[in-house]
Amino acid sequence: MEDKSILVAELLEASRIHTRIHDDPEVAYLVVLRNEVIGLKAVPGIEVVPREETDGVDIHFTVQEGVQISKPVYLCFGMLSAEGKQHIKLNVSIQKNARVNIFAHCTFPNSGGIVHRMDADIEIQEHARYSYYERHIHGPDGGIEVVPRAKVILNEGAYFKTEFELLRGRVGLIDIDYDCRCRAHSVLEMLARISGRGDDTIKIRESGHLDGEYARGVLTTKIAIRDKATAEVYNTLTASAPYARGHVDCKEIVQDQARAKAVPIIEVRNSKAHITHEAALGSVDTKQLQTLMSRGLSEDEGVELIIKGLLS
Amino acid sequence: MGMEILQLKDVSLTLNENLILRNITLDIWQGYVHAVSGPNGAGKSTLASTIMGLEGYRDISGSILFNGENIDGLAVDERARRGITMAWQEPARYEGLLVKDFLLASSRSKDLALIRDTVSSLGMNPDTYLGRALDKTLSGGERKKIELASILVNEARLVLLDEPDSGIDVESLERIFEAIGLLKKRGTTVILITHSLAVLQQADHAFLMCHGEILDKGKKDKIIRYFENKCIPCGHKNIPDEWEPVRGR
Repeated sequence: MEDKSILVAELLEASRIHTRIHDDPEVAYLVVLRNEVIGLKAVPGIEVVPREETDGVDIHFTVQEGVQISKPVYLCFGMLSAEGKQHIKLNVSIQKNARVNIFAHCTFPNSGGIVHRMDADIEIQEHARYSYYERHIHGPDGGIEVVPRAKVILNEGAYFKTEFELLRGRVGLIDIDYDCRCRAHSVLEMLARISGRGDDTIKIRESGHLDGEYARGVLTTKIAIRDKATAEVYNTLTASAPYARGHVDCKEIVQDQARAKAVPIIEVRNSKAHITHEAALGSVDTKQLQTLMSRGLSEDEGVELIIKGLLS
Repeated sequence: MGMEILQLKDVSLTLNENLILRNITLDIWQGYVHAVSGPNGAGKSTLASTIMGLEGYRDISGSILFNGENIDGLAVDERARRGITMAWQEPARYEGLLVKDFLLASSRSKDLALIRDTVSSLGMNPDTYLGRALDKTLSGGERKKIELASILVNEARLVLLDEPDSGIDVESLERIFEAIGLLKKRGTTVILITHSLAVLQQADHAFLMCHGEILDKGKKDKIIRYFENKCIPCGHKNIPDEWEPVRGR
């Protein structure tokens, strides 16, 4: 068995968060290598209770009432091997008036036959704020299935923001399914930015239900695919209370033989609610590209810059 | 008057089975500010798109020479690399793309200090704007000025400015005119596409265009006189009914 500190260092280095964690004693973190907790540090106001299981870890994460965590909290889930399965069960409770920003680094730099699954139950209590930035690093050839599932409850005045981003490597298969219920005056923001190529498959199913008065929600998806990659996006936003407001936005740039599909579903069940949606799928916008080409960029350079902007 | 940097020889263009440009022949002299003026629908923007070689505007009859070289059939980026660039009447919006990255991509020197100075010269604070996305959060006027900044840092030899005053407030208009003056001072050749008298006043020389044809050319004051009389009589449908359909020059 390798020394745990070496494994921690390797995984954090691969996640590029090594110095951020070790240089700051006020930063809380949890590092999970497959089904083993190899690093854990809490700070006052945060409870992290992990339980190792056969193929993953069951984690209870609580931010206590009124506690506002100023520094980001780092969760690092990963595997350094090429093959294997990791199942993360995450039970999150952000208590009243608490606030926390989580950076979840899911790191599989050598992926060749990896399955990474997450099942999360998240409750954000009254006037609490929870931001979850999920950053993925995969191997250069894909060989990975990423299946995050979450059920989220936003109580009155709560705020939930989530961003999913693939920083490096190939997608493989990404299959996201988030479902959020939003009570009065709560705010939901979900954003996914993914670039796929080869035979990558991207599936996104995000739902927000604006059940309370003045609840607000925005579901944003930005995807660029090329080669024979496919992307399917099913975004659903419903509003059933007065003054609920929402927007669904899906942009997908498609190149080569890639295929994109977007199915926005918006439903309003209250005459004082309002939801809009916007979707654009297909080639790079001609005017954008021609403007860049008129400055001397080649077509490929122009496309690359436009995609960089879209995914930034 | 000077050396021609751009020559159009008997250029015609058909789009969707409609003849949009009709046997256009013109010379553009190096280092001068030229204007192509005329009513809406005259074909001015089409002419600019044809010179720039935008997609769909390259299948012409006749020929276009830039610096003596025939550039017919060359793609936009190839023309740009030879020294032609263009600012659109309605600039493109780019989701997520930072103004800084757009200007760096447009810049020949990649000199960030020069980019900052250029943005400042157009009345915009670079600390505010360079980190913003070039998207719908910027007003049309702001995007117009950013696009002009991209033209200035591009250091092209021939600049096409399509309706440079479109969506611009009065104060910003002065900045735009200063930028046109700066281009001229640098020796850049400018073609203004306009139906605005204020913009036309910035030119040294102008062409009057209507119904896909060049009707007249000369010093700007000569062309301005047509506008003071609303235009010249001709058979085109833009002309008010009471005017006789006679082409007088």
